Amino acid sequence: MRFMLLMRPNIDQDDASWAPPAEAVAVMERYNDELRKAGALLSLDGLHAPSRGALVSFSGGRATVTDGPFAEAKEVIGGYWMIQVRSKEEAIEWAKRCPVSGAEGATIEVRQVAEMSDFPADVQAALEAPTSG
Amino acid sequence: MTGADPSGSPGAAELALGDEVCRSVDAVWRIESPRVIAGLARMVGDIGVAEDLAQDAVVAALRQWSRSGVPERPGAWLMAVGKRRAIDRMRRQALLRRKQEELLDIAATQAGSVDAGGGEEEIQDDLLRLVFIACHPVLPAEARVALTLRLLGGLTTEEIARAFLVREATVAQRIVRAKRTLAEARVPFELPSRDRWDERLASVLEVVYLIFNEGYTATAGDDWTRPALCDDALRLGRVLAELIPGEPEVLGLVALMELQASRLRARIGPTGKAVLLLDQDRRRWDQVLVHRGLAALERAGGLGSGLGPYGLQAAIAACHARARTSEETDWARIAALYDALAQLAPSPVVQLNRAVALSMAFGPEAGLAALEAITPDPALSTHHLLPSVRGDLLQRLGRWDEARVELERAASLTRNESERGLLRARVAAARRHHPSPAVPPPDPAR
Repeated sequence: MRFMLLMRPNIDQDDASWAPPAEAVAVMERYNDELRKAGALLSLDGLHAPSRGALVSFSGGRATVTDGPFAEAKEVIGGYWMIQVRSKEEAIEWAKRCPVSGAEGATIEVRQVAEMSDFPADVQAALEAPTSG
Repeated sequence: MTGADPSGSPGAAELALGDEVCRSVDAVWRIESPRVIAGLARMVGDIGVAEDLAQDAVVAALRQWSRSGVPERPGAWLMAVGKRRAIDRMRRQALLRRKQEELLDIAATQAGSVDAGGGEEEIQDDLLRLVFIACHPVLPAEARVALTLRLLGGLTTEEIARAFLVREATVAQRIVRAKRTLAEARVPFELPSRDRWDERLASVLEVVYLIFNEGYTATAGDDWTRPALCDDALRLGRVLAELIPGEPEVLGLVALMELQASRLRARIGPTGKAVLLLDQDRRRWDQVLVHRGLAALERAGGLGSGLGPYGLQAAIAACHARARTSEETDWARIAALYDALAQLAPSPVVQLNRAVALSMAFGPEAGLAALEAITPDPALSTHHLLPSVRGDLLQRLGRWDEARVELERAASLTRNESERGLLRARVAAARRHHPSPAVPPPDPAR
């Protein structure tokens, strides 16, 4: 089974705060390496500062765009790991090992990736249907 | 001598501890057990004893951690406890054998590194030694598979039995026998010598691919695939690629498995029936695995020593992965890659697949001509592939009666129920004597 580890570093949303020091990057890379050596890592990415991003929100059937930064630092995602493990506990164990060096209150959300077989039959049928024609 | 559950699981249940600690210890075991067993095996020189010691350490962990919580570095904790127990064991043996001084010397040397946890490089080396010993050619293939899944995959005997649809006692016996064979043959806990390296590495890769294939096309039972086994094999392959980064065939095998696994979820239709490659809905191919496979293949090619048999098969799988529709497939390139493969690793199955590729590139006559050139092989005469391919080509030429005979023969030879159903449907189609363009040749990348 696959899990997404979503990192919320809980730091200020400007470019300067968002640029990690080389030392922290080296520490994190050792962690990434551990994941690789265990054959667990599928992919990972770090995201640019929220101040460079945008928020598209929906209301009354309309999309509204707001430039970053966003309201709640705690809710902002800094990056993710996609890992393949045999249980949720194993995914949690990997998340616990992450060397989080950022501000207090950083979180990693552990979420299982949905597989086709997790969906009910009608949803699977919708996924199977041809998209063009 | 051990209080651990001999099935290989940490044996948490009978200790009646909190569920959370148990599950956490299970997760730690999955992640850490190969490294811990490898480190202990170097000390005691016997993988069976090493596994017992590691399990003892886990039982100790369950007791301790339920009181004090899981430590910061659980792997190092397990290793340290295991090493202390290894030294205790050596002391006892030293007394028994009245060779105290000699063995205590060894124990004292080892004791120095007990709490150090060992350098990362040292651990990786131990892990590689464990890989080579679990896949030692002195063992029969099924024992290598069981031992590898148990020691390096962290699977319990029960999980291995379930994966291979055999009784748990059978797997347990295979593992016990394998450990005994290794001990009796005095197989040292060492990396293979330079002159044996290629042969020993081939044995390791073979074991990993055997596991993968059992998941990819189940040879027995009602299921067409068993994806969990593919995941286990992929994980082992990825671990190997980190342990032996300079071997193109390791990367080639990883690329091959990633690319084949990318198609796993497209291989089963809505009703659970098998769907062959050219009929698959390519939107369902797993792009994460496709990218990983193509990247591994590129790394294999970048090592400069050319592609081996696994790398070439991966290159063929990559041709399919790159084609957005089945019509876009570069069959001429695939035929050329099969040519190269036939030279490196000649086999009737490779020639068979080459014939399929030629038929796709240049028409069914070209394929049939290539089939005729295949030297008769006893292994192939009882296999469903040859009549299945011949039936397809005859069908495409409109030679319905001949096609039906071949497809019937193929259906009677396959051991997989799902595949038999597929072949029977094609027999029925041939019987109706009308062209059925939906009928594809078998997956040529297999």
